[in-house]
Amino acid sequence: MNAASDVGYHAQRQARWHYGEIAFWLIVLACGFAFPSRYLIMTDILRLALFTMSLDLILGYAGIVSLGHAAFFGVGAYAAGLLALHGIVNEPVLALIVSGLAAMVLGFATSFLVIRGVDLTRLMVTLGIALLLEALAERFSNITGGTDGLQGIEMQPIFGQVPFDMFGKAGFFYSLAVLFLLFLFARRVVHSPFGLSLRAIKNNPLRAAAIGIPVNRRLIAIYTLAAFYAGIAGALFTQTTAIASLDVFAFERSADLMLVLVIGGTGYLYGGLIGAVIFRMLQELFSTITPQYWQFWIGLVLVVIVLVGRQRLHRWVLYVPNLVIRQVAGRKGIVAVPESEA
Amino acid sequence: MTAILTNLFDGVAYGMLLFVLACGLAVTLGLMNFVNLAHGAFAMAGGYVCMVLVNRMGWPFFAALPLAFVSSAAIGIVLERTLYRHLYTRSHLDQVLFTIGLTFMSVAAVDYIQGSSRVFINLPAALQGQFDLFGVGIGRYRLMIIVICGLLTIALQMVLAKTRFGSRLRAAVDDPRAASGLGINVPQVFAFTFAFGCGLAGLGGALSAEILGLDPYFPLKFMIYFLIVVTVGGSSSITGPFLASLLLGIGDVAGKYYVPKMGPFVIYTMMIVILIWRPNGLFGRTAAR
Repeated sequence: MNAASDVGYHAQRQARWHYGEIAFWLIVLACGFAFPSRYLIMTDILRLALFTMSLDLILGYAGIVSLGHAAFFGVGAYAAGLLALHGIVNEPVLALIVSGLAAMVLGFATSFLVIRGVDLTRLMVTLGIALLLEALAERFSNITGGTDGLQGIEMQPIFGQVPFDMFGKAGFFYSLAVLFLLFLFARRVVHSPFGLSLRAIKNNPLRAAAIGIPVNRRLIAIYTLAAFYAGIAGALFTQTTAIASLDVFAFERSADLMLVLVIGGTGYLYGGLIGAVIFRMLQELFSTITPQYWQFWIGLVLVVIVLVGRQRLHRWVLYVPNLVIRQVAGRKGIVAVPESEA
Repeated sequence: MTAILTNLFDGVAYGMLLFVLACGLAVTLGLMNFVNLAHGAFAMAGGYVCMVLVNRMGWPFFAALPLAFVSSAAIGIVLERTLYRHLYTRSHLDQVLFTIGLTFMSVAAVDYIQGSSRVFINLPAALQGQFDLFGVGIGRYRLMIIVICGLLTIALQMVLAKTRFGSRLRAAVDDPRAASGLGINVPQVFAFTFAFGCGLAGLGGALSAEILGLDPYFPLKFMIYFLIVVTVGGSSSITGPFLASLLLGIGDVAGKYYVPKMGPFVIYTMMIVILIWRPNGLFGRTAAR
């Protein structure tokens, strides 16, 4: 067996669906039926999961550290809000796609700024873009509603059939469907040769360039795609909560997002999903203990995670699930420890 | 014409203040290559220490300033020895996460202890109001800031360029391994520099309560400004960050005065353009470590 087919064999094995993954999605779906009184928080988790997946695509797979990912979330959120408010695109699914595309255009335009320079410059530029958009949204308050945000958004029924109800049931299943479809696509992307080349770039851009990977073009592509995902997450936010305010661009949102991803683990798609669940639970827990100062505990979690070491932590967290999988399925655990970090 | 000069004066004072606040970060971020987003927290600590001493315990303002420096430096050295030093060799992502965590903790802690509203430091009467110099309004407090910060800048430059410690620091930064081979205690040099930078930030925090406003969200609000100073100024010397601070201060004051509606838009655009044009900063070295 030569090297190329060997790599192909392993890549295909990695890409195959495992029982654990199917079980994961069945559990998520079951939650929708098991906890009918918790639709709002569960929708929130799904949205956060999608947003985190978007960051994972650029951070976990391509190694771009971004402190301003809320920029795309915000653009998606405002786009969806404006489309619904002015009745430009009434059908939610169509509006969702249009909003995602709006964020994608911004992502494409700013990707040229982001691929230049080293880590630090990227941090600054991404942060700067998010702050810039926040300042713009505040400036053009006649369009965005300023600090009050967009109010009085009324969502039309999905496909003209399913109306959004006040318990958030439709919103939940709608978000779940969107998340699942986008997850399928992301899964396809990261297991494709394109996705493999991204990992090569992340591990060593110079070597990747030397073996003939067009580094900059790949980074632009994945950054644009991630912007699309973040825009969809933002649009879902507006559509399911019927508000869009300035805090969609806030730095805290981008910072929290990094925490979510780090809790779940970078470099595998389930990291974002698991992280979102754990993060929201932590947040609930902390805000019941100290309503006003939960940020302190979130900060403490971040500090502890870094000091313990993310990889060690993930070995601990995944120890039990992997053990179970090994016992039941009799083979290697599905959720491997993420490979070396950027 | 006089309005322009007054604005220029205010801008210079603002820029000088930013420099004192951020030059500690220029060392950690620029020289030691450590992304310290929690730098504003040290500044806030100094500001609050000064506030408590002056307002609650009745210390004179000028006696409280050195203590603001000392307390921030003490916090800095404790954190450096216990936490930061483990992270020097870690990835930027880890450093970002760690320092964001610290920032969140400091914001919530100060909010818990002192409340979330903005605090003011009672200034002595000699520092209040302004006087006219050839028709240009000069604020006494701002004049004091320019004097203090100007002297500090000169002293810093002298220390870095002329003293034995300065050359040790530069050697330790350029090549830690070779420096320690020559008998320089690199961790000690770094720890001392870090603490000194935190102390300067604390002093800046105490001075800035009057101009920038001091509340628990200080570290988050001004984080971007500190980062701009360092990334735009580059890290090869302290003159780079110094000029960048002045530019930023004058630009921000002028922007707020002449195009108030654009808000911070001017600054952010300027930063992005400069970073795209020169990714290593206006006055930076070309080779990043």
